[in-house]
Amino acid sequence: MKKISKTTRSNLITYAMVVAAFVIMQILSVTGHVSNSLAGQLVPICVYICMAVSLNLTVGILGELSLGHAGFMSVGAFTGVVVAMSIQSAPGPVRLILAIVIGGIMAGIAGVIVGVPVLRLRGDYLAIVTLAFGEIIKNLLNNIYVGVDSHGLHFSMKDTASLNLDNGTILINGPMGAPGIEKLSTFVAGFILVLIVLTVTLNLIRSRSGRAIMAIRDNRIAAESVGINITKYKLMAFVTSAVLAGMSGALYAMNYSSILPKKFDFNTSILVLVFVVLGGMGNIRGSIIAATVLTILPEALRALNDYRMLIYAVVLILVMLVTNNPILKNGWTLVKEKLAFWRKKTPETAAEGGGVHEQ
Amino acid sequence: MSSKYIEVPSNAMLLERDIDKSPVLETMHLGIDFGGLTAVDEFNLTIGRTEIVGLIGPNGAGKTTVFNLLTKVYQPTRGTILLNGKETSGMNTVQVNKAGIARTFQNIRLFSALSVEDNVKIGLHNSMDAGMFSGILRLPRHWKNERVAHDRALELLSIFDMVDLANHQAGSLPYGAQRRLEIVRALATNPSLLLLDEPAAGMNPSETAELMENIRKIRDTFQIAVMLIEHDMNLVMGICEGIAVLNYGKIIAKGTPEEIQNNPQVIEAYLGKQKEG
Repeated sequence: MKKISKTTRSNLITYAMVVAAFVIMQILSVTGHVSNSLAGQLVPICVYICMAVSLNLTVGILGELSLGHAGFMSVGAFTGVVVAMSIQSAPGPVRLILAIVIGGIMAGIAGVIVGVPVLRLRGDYLAIVTLAFGEIIKNLLNNIYVGVDSHGLHFSMKDTASLNLDNGTILINGPMGAPGIEKLSTFVAGFILVLIVLTVTLNLIRSRSGRAIMAIRDNRIAAESVGINITKYKLMAFVTSAVLAGMSGALYAMNYSSILPKKFDFNTSILVLVFVVLGGMGNIRGSIIAATVLTILPEALRALNDYRMLIYAVVLILVMLVTNNPILKNGWTLVKEKLAFWRKKTPETAAEGGGVHEQ
Repeated sequence: MSSKYIEVPSNAMLLERDIDKSPVLETMHLGIDFGGLTAVDEFNLTIGRTEIVGLIGPNGAGKTTVFNLLTKVYQPTRGTILLNGKETSGMNTVQVNKAGIARTFQNIRLFSALSVEDNVKIGLHNSMDAGMFSGILRLPRHWKNERVAHDRALELLSIFDMVDLANHQAGSLPYGAQRRLEIVRALATNPSLLLLDEPAAGMNPSETAELMENIRKIRDTFQIAVMLIEHDMNLVMGICEGIAVLNYGKIIAKGTPEEIQNNPQVIEAYLGKQKEG
């Protein structure tokens, strides 16, 4: 009999949960039970799930604080727009895939540039540098002009006139962002991206490299003493996280008709960090749930108008209190133990004490 | 096993059985200063291929500092370290580990959120070769690696009868088991010299006795040298073939357990000077 380990089972539950949510949403939308506002939220939910899972790789698994995750998202978003809009001839899905892949690669390169000098240091420097990185990227994109015409791509840091376009279109217009994006993103694409991000993250965690990354988090000195190259594995986790953020950024951008650089500011980085912290550091499934609930919540509360951000804040505080409250926590463990007890008891009594033992 | 010491041409003493094998470790004039403070000075020691050496001395004598010098947690101020005949200057901790030194820590440093098996597998890290992409894409190399590592991890855990604990979280183990796991993890890196920093700390007498047996067993099965820092004199005198006594950063005596026990300088370092007259 093949035994399934605890982590494998937990991962399977995570995948099953995501697939089930997708199937339910698909059925509901086919039968016309999904409101317009929720339908519009589906792609952003997928994007924020990807963002939260990828940030969890840096914060929860590697144990380094990153405060500029939206920066990588915006690199991916604007790269994706340029890619998708400059290859008009190709079919939509191909353009979307290329946008996501190249957006991810560019964000990865940005991750290397940030990571190489910073991850060699000990301490909280990554938080400071990523915070700055987010702001730098935002300001940089405010001053970038990209256009396309029959001669190819044109690039300028001054204004649209200096692009010298020959009857072409402006793709990125400095502080005005990227106007006139075609909406290529779909819920199915979002779902597939979530699955990809989830597979990459979960497989990475449960591999030789992932163990090395978690070893660094748990005890840096011990990890060095068993021959683990600290900088290499820190960089691996951080860059992977940046690539995944870039991919979700591209998907996000292709969901709107226009995006602005200031959309990807410090607040967005913190929003994603809130998903990770509330979902539990290193807890991938928690990140998914937190990202989903906290993306739907503000929209669901729209009817309450002025009070919705107030309620949002109260919910955040309540969640923090509940998850950190020892009484409630113990209560939950008690329930789980009871459940485990009953689950165990059933096969064992059936086999008259000769049941299956863990290891 | 014979434990007779013979002097070799370089003035060092080696066990008779190790005499025709090159020593694992040779240190020459090793020393480190922290600012104006000389923590370790003129540390000369030669360790044979299969020797068990004890490093003892009063608190603050610089024993752990010696371990940190050998593993390059600190870079020595002066002197040379030859590991398997190769100089280690310019190496860092990771490279020294790959070159053959593994260690445990005085204050236990496990990967406490991970399982016991994963802790050992992390020790096996450098004996595996699956890269990031074989991990993410679950290529055949990943599975092969994992299978081999799993078997090897259980094999190593069986030295200390810890196979049953393989799925437990390392941080939740009792103190003694955590110390044993640290040794297993160090062994997993396939060292030629194992450094144990107070392996018996926090163990009861029967656990200590078992540990002594296991250290001997490790030496015999893996044919490696062991150097240990320990305050438990029963353990030190029981299993160490050679002992070096450190005081104020300098070796004040070297020799067999009998020689050390009767050395007046050692007695003075531990108990103080006898009053004249």
